[in-house]
Amino acid sequence: MLLLAGCNTVVMNPSGDIAAQQAHLVTVSTLLMLLIIVPVIVLIVLFAWRYRKSNAEAKYEPDWDHSTQLELVIWGAPLLIIIALGLITWISTHLLDPYRPLARLDANHPISANTKPLVVEVVALDWKWLFIYPEQGIATVNELVTPVNVPVRFKITASSVMNSFYIPALAGQIYAMPGMQTTLNAVMNQTGVYDGFSANYSGAGFSHMRFKYHGVSTGDFDSWVAKAKAEAQAGGKTLDRANYLTLEKPSQSDPIRHYGAIDPALYDAILNRCVGADAVCTNKMLAADAKRAADKGAEICVTPTPNLSMKSNDGPH
Amino acid sequence: MDHINLTKLIFGRLSLESIPYHEPILVGTFAMVAIGGLAVLAAMTYFRLWGPLWRDWITSIDHKKIGIMYMILGLVMLLRGFADALMMRAQQAMSFGDQNGFLPPHHYDQVFTAHGVIMIFFVAMPLVTGLMNYVVPLQIGARDVSFPFLNNFSFWMTTFGGMLTMVSLFVGEFARTGWLAYPPLSGLLGSPDVGVDYYIWSLQIAGVGTLLSGVNLVVTIIKMRAPGMDLMKMPVFTWTALCTNILIVASFPVLTAVLAMLSLDRTFGTNFFTNDLGGNPMMYVNMIWIWGHPEVYILVLPVFGVFSEVVSTFSSKRLFGYTSMVYATAVITILSYLVWLHHFFTMGSGASVNSFFGITTMIISIPTGAKIFNWLFTMYRGRIRFELPMMWTIAFMITFVIGGMTGVLLAVPPADFVLHNSLFLIAHFHNVIIGGVVFGCFAAINFWFPKAFGYKLDSYWGKWSFWLWTLGFYFAFMPLYVLGLMGVTRRMSHFEDPSLQIWFIVAAFGALMIAGGIGAMLLQFYVSFKKREELRDVTGDPWGGRTLEWSTSSPPPDYNFAFTPRIHDNDAWADMKKNGYQRPLSDFVAIHMPKNTWAGFVIAALSFVIGFGLIWQMWLLAVVGFVALLATIIVHTFNYKRDYYIPVEEVVRVEAARTRLLESHV
Repeated sequence: MLLLAGCNTVVMNPSGDIAAQQAHLVTVSTLLMLLIIVPVIVLIVLFAWRYRKSNAEAKYEPDWDHSTQLELVIWGAPLLIIIALGLITWISTHLLDPYRPLARLDANHPISANTKPLVVEVVALDWKWLFIYPEQGIATVNELVTPVNVPVRFKITASSVMNSFYIPALAGQIYAMPGMQTTLNAVMNQTGVYDGFSANYSGAGFSHMRFKYHGVSTGDFDSWVAKAKAEAQAGGKTLDRANYLTLEKPSQSDPIRHYGAIDPALYDAILNRCVGADAVCTNKMLAADAKRAADKGAEICVTPTPNLSMKSNDGPH
Repeated sequence: MDHINLTKLIFGRLSLESIPYHEPILVGTFAMVAIGGLAVLAAMTYFRLWGPLWRDWITSIDHKKIGIMYMILGLVMLLRGFADALMMRAQQAMSFGDQNGFLPPHHYDQVFTAHGVIMIFFVAMPLVTGLMNYVVPLQIGARDVSFPFLNNFSFWMTTFGGMLTMVSLFVGEFARTGWLAYPPLSGLLGSPDVGVDYYIWSLQIAGVGTLLSGVNLVVTIIKMRAPGMDLMKMPVFTWTALCTNILIVASFPVLTAVLAMLSLDRTFGTNFFTNDLGGNPMMYVNMIWIWGHPEVYILVLPVFGVFSEVVSTFSSKRLFGYTSMVYATAVITILSYLVWLHHFFTMGSGASVNSFFGITTMIISIPTGAKIFNWLFTMYRGRIRFELPMMWTIAFMITFVIGGMTGVLLAVPPADFVLHNSLFLIAHFHNVIIGGVVFGCFAAINFWFPKAFGYKLDSYWGKWSFWLWTLGFYFAFMPLYVLGLMGVTRRMSHFEDPSLQIWFIVAAFGALMIAGGIGAMLLQFYVSFKKREELRDVTGDPWGGRTLEWSTSSPPPDYNFAFTPRIHDNDAWADMKKNGYQRPLSDFVAIHMPKNTWAGFVIAALSFVIGFGLIWQMWLLAVVGFVALLATIIVHTFNYKRDYYIPVEEVVRVEAARTRLLESHV
């Protein structure tokens, strides 16, 4: 791990607090396991050398095949390590659950539970990324900008196939899947330009499904939003349903695009797969199914979930 | 209109457009295959080998010959799978910035899919199945498996499944989805062409073979052990084979079901895994991994058995902790069903679900660790001979613990969030599959080759192969660990950041070393065949073996054992040698054996035809093939001449020949 410090190992030297905690966990887990891996490797080499056939001085006990004490160590030592690692796993998995609202900006800056995060809706398209800023009323293609030291909540879905939304410098990845919504809560701590991409193979244009992520100061963010709005208004581009249906068509290496105005219902329509004129929204379909079942009084087990997200994730845990 | 429909009925989707004559790489490959194939056919005709090939091999129900054929299948397919690997390493080493390499995504995406499918289903599976087929009956003192015909049929189903994958090179194309073909990408909207259908039907046909071979070996091990061999006296390899085949029987039907549903989605417009109308791709992901994770242990458990046999044989010592080895195997078998979700922590499950599957995954490392320690303490106070099988075993132990460590690291969900789908993951599973399964199969080949063919493998070229493979592995995959930590994702055919290139060049160099290792292994086979008189094993026990297979001649007679031995110890042969066992020289009797049959080959060949018809939607061909298949099965049921007796004179002659051989070399 130390040898790697010289390389550009963004996973181990990230700039966002969540990714930093994940990197720390990688280090801690590795060190914990090395406690047993290193002695084992040393013993393999040592025994192989010491008990080579030509070494007549070494003891030879062809029938020695059992030792209760040794068996205890053999099973016990890995067990202890796994108990420790299991505890770390349970705690860290809950603390770093991507659905969990952030409790801190970094190690020294806790935030209160009701701090409102910036919401960005992420849609993985074939083969480009659409970012919708519902509160700012803008949208971009293949460019993501957020202010540093402000918690961000990404709501993530996809148009056709599975992708994975990953900015190694910011936080671990999470899948973008059609008809489903995943969530990622994260915060960037240093201004800069970072790489983002799809980490799950999604077809011919996958290799170019990359974007630049800019962590900027709050002031710069506000002026970026204003500029995007102005720039787009000059060209008159609105991300409405018709424009989305054109954008959605497969294409590769798309240029950065800004939309100064958005259809506020668009993201929900994408998630529920009803952007096209004829499509019935999945949430409406499920609600109608549930209602029909209830009306019939049928004893069929239908889960009445009008919201199709993977889990309800808007409230604090 | 009738005319058009007739063409469609006969040829389905197949047209001249489907032949990739515009792809120079494929045309070149085809030319080489055609020339090589014609040369082989001509040579076989010239030397009049068709008759012997049909009588002694293709129709053979002898578990030994079937085992050998599985090994040949695995090694041949290794050449194809490895050619894919070289193309990927070359592409990734050169495709930076303005350079696009030599493979467009359309081709590259097929290459990595085919590489994974072939290496798992048609290299690793045939190799471990072949080993179990060859060794298990000999280790338990049986004369064949429980269902010899089924065994032949299973082999041919696996082989024809593999052939269907190979056909996709020259007729149509293979899937561009990754080796597990997740929908929606593998659905009709994501992959409208025949690639995914080739994938589905290759695996469905081969899967029948694997499942039936699993049933066969479970029954064989349960029912056909020599008297006195109770479960806790079975050799460890047989134990691992038993657990492996239980895993096969319990998990392969899931694969069959999930692929059947995918093919219904693709062919008949159902909506199991589509995005719309209530379909759910997550269901596919869950089910494919409920098969997929046990599959990992199906591959690795048998080689754990191999290492157990090799370590104790070459340390000239009893295996340390036999009982804990058996329990460790059983625990791994059960736990392998409780971890599948760790393959998709990043698909949005909650923290408690992720933690549960992360922790069950870590728990598997405890029995696995116990096995490593048991091998270690088998070496302790032994007399270790560094013959090739032992060298592979030491290389395995060191390599595998590294792979195990990175595996446990990936089982920690928050760590997986940053490493999933990265080249770190690729490095990890090649670390355990090459360092475990492949090294284990090579240890096994070097270990049991003299038993199967009557002469040892040449150690000079064997050592070249060993060093090129092991060092090549480290050169090829350690850079991928680093690249994974640099945030580089798998399955990319092009990169933007030129600073990554050096790592890919090192990895490509490692792949070339492995190519050298494969070449050295082929040379090893050739040189050993040439020097076979020099390398001859007359004793049947070239390594000071400990289990029953070493008590019979090399190669064993058709009937394996003239008399079924009686077992008193888990190292049965070591125990017999210690107690002054005398080989019986008289009172032989005629031996009841199963008879060869053509039916397995023909049914499997018809399955291939049906599969091809279904892929191209040539409904007429599929229906005709299916009717022929049913007819063949029915005809076969009227075949009552399924067994025969090896006459006592024949047994006396074979055993006397062995007696003379043993006496001439005292």
